[in-house]
Amino acid sequence: MQEIRNYTMNFGPQHPAAHGVLRLVLEMDGETVMRADPHIGLLHRATEKLAESKPFNQTIGYMDRLDYVSMMCNEHAYVRAIENLLGVTVPERAQWIRTMFDEITRILNHLMWIGSNALDLGAMAVFLYAFREREELMDCYEAVSGARMHATYYRPGGVYRDLPEQMPQYNESRWHKGEDLKRINAWRQGSMLDYLDAFTDDFPKRVDEYEELLTANRIWKQRTVDIGIISPEQALAWGMSGPMLRGSGIEWDLRKKQPYAKYAEVDFDIPVGVTGDCYDRYLVRVEEMRQSNRIIKQCVKGLRANAGPTMIRNYKVVPPSRVEMKDDMEALIHHFKLFTEGYCVPAGETYAAVEAPKGEFGVYLISDGANKPFRLKCHAPSFVHLSSMDAIVRGHMLPDVVAMIGTYDVVFGEVDR
Amino acid sequence: MTTQATTSLAERLVARFGDTLASVKTVRGETTIELAPGDLIAVATALRDEAEFRFSELIDVCGVDHLGYGQVEWDTEDVSSTSFSRGVEGQAIGRFSWDERPHDVNIPRRYASVVHLLSIQHNRRVRLRVYCEDDVAPLVPSLVGVWPSANWFEREAFDLYGILYDGHPDLRRILTDYGFVGHPFRKDFPLIGNVEVRYDPEKKRVIYEPVTSVEPRVLVPRTIRDDSRYEQAKAEQGPASGQK
Repeated sequence: MQEIRNYTMNFGPQHPAAHGVLRLVLEMDGETVMRADPHIGLLHRATEKLAESKPFNQTIGYMDRLDYVSMMCNEHAYVRAIENLLGVTVPERAQWIRTMFDEITRILNHLMWIGSNALDLGAMAVFLYAFREREELMDCYEAVSGARMHATYYRPGGVYRDLPEQMPQYNESRWHKGEDLKRINAWRQGSMLDYLDAFTDDFPKRVDEYEELLTANRIWKQRTVDIGIISPEQALAWGMSGPMLRGSGIEWDLRKKQPYAKYAEVDFDIPVGVTGDCYDRYLVRVEEMRQSNRIIKQCVKGLRANAGPTMIRNYKVVPPSRVEMKDDMEALIHHFKLFTEGYCVPAGETYAAVEAPKGEFGVYLISDGANKPFRLKCHAPSFVHLSSMDAIVRGHMLPDVVAMIGTYDVVFGEVDR
Repeated sequence: MTTQATTSLAERLVARFGDTLASVKTVRGETTIELAPGDLIAVATALRDEAEFRFSELIDVCGVDHLGYGQVEWDTEDVSSTSFSRGVEGQAIGRFSWDERPHDVNIPRRYASVVHLLSIQHNRRVRLRVYCEDDVAPLVPSLVGVWPSANWFEREAFDLYGILYDGHPDLRRILTDYGFVGHPFRKDFPLIGNVEVRYDPEKKRVIYEPVTSVEPRVLVPRTIRDDSRYEQAKAEQGPASGQK
């Protein structure tokens, strides 16, 4: 009889199912994976080292580019770390705005995830549905910050500016005119909060549409049910967080357990899975979208009730307004010092974490009292989850590896940093 | 995470481990343990298994290089006698190239490995810090046997800082390129890097060369201010204090 040996297969780094630049070296016995060795770092940009050479505020933009589908959550962890060390308290309204945008970000991330994961497993249409709603939320990003993705909107001490009074509208063009233009501008007649009201009323129906396409879909279930089962013990041993941990039945959510911003004041539920397979994690994420929608609704209410400043008035940390700057010598000096030198953060160390859509995103910050971080370490959920790859996919078939990469929800911006 | 609970955590840690721990500090509700490399495994295992701690998750392992801690490029303290410098000198990471990098830097306790733990059961965090005793070959015991999630974190700290994790099953580089030389997050590694890559049309392949396309430069000098204005600003801001 002929001797059959394992052979080694290269997967990626340029593969549509690798979600970016993952290179997997798989040792295969026929179609069965015997060992998986992920090679990462192809997108390594040394963000943490760059941060050491820049004043604190200039790194906020880099945070967006870590997990580039949950931008503001990364910013949130970073500014919280700085605020911890500075000992400043963020105004009420800014906390409401941050809560709202964290949840908008969560929906953005999960939409991206559901679309691309379904695409990996052979369902084309979900992607198109998901990107339709993503566009509507991206407009909120653009309306507050001017950028659709890399917002740099959160600042130590609050958020850069207040929500717009008027939601921007589409202009007439060759592609949008007449009735069509009226339709897409229908939600945009009032303020951004009105727009979000309309969105949150509509969104549950949209989630129903995704579920219609997937939840009872035979092929979808064949590809995900009982695939990549992670036991609760395994999940803990591999340091998992977020939907990966909740999918395995452990009720753990930093928004509930260690509340920050306004999460203690809003009402929402934590969905958990039962078996810990890919299908459970899918259900968890879909339910999280519905819960996020609920939170956004409450935040809109909270924002309507809480007018007020969105930044602290501590000019050692936050620049004074232009009007003040042109009127007041002291304000001018503050402005100059902030933009040429930045602010110094008292010496110390802190770890600030937020519940990012993918799990716990944490920032460990060491300051020696300078105007730049001494050491910045980003704890990225994707990195941790991907490290368990070998342990989880052993014994699975090759197509299940694709399902697993999808369910990990990895984004290489934050794996490689 | 209430402050009270954490204070008692520090006390319980001291009660349980006593002199094994070099120090236990709680600042801003965050507890930090400092201990010798030799005690790390025993303490970590106890922290994971014992009912009163139950740190079931390892969140993070992070290398730190303390070279240049507290040093500034722009001195603002003694200016009345010397006047301000231009703030363009110094040995911070952005200021030198690979050839000019500082040699023979030997400071005690230069490298540290910092571990963050999370207890799901008790909803609590703790930080362990281990200083490497040797600068030339910084050695720390590996935690892979206690928490498998330490695997990649330790590979990362090895890759970026050159910290050797004793007992790690597979201590390979993880983030840098295949065949990379040096440990790029060390403070004596230049920000512009050591080699750059381009396609050589004659050799018909990608080649590595010393960096020439980037000049080391820093836009904002590093400076430390701990004068009273920060205290004053806090007072001006009003009675509200403490982050939620």
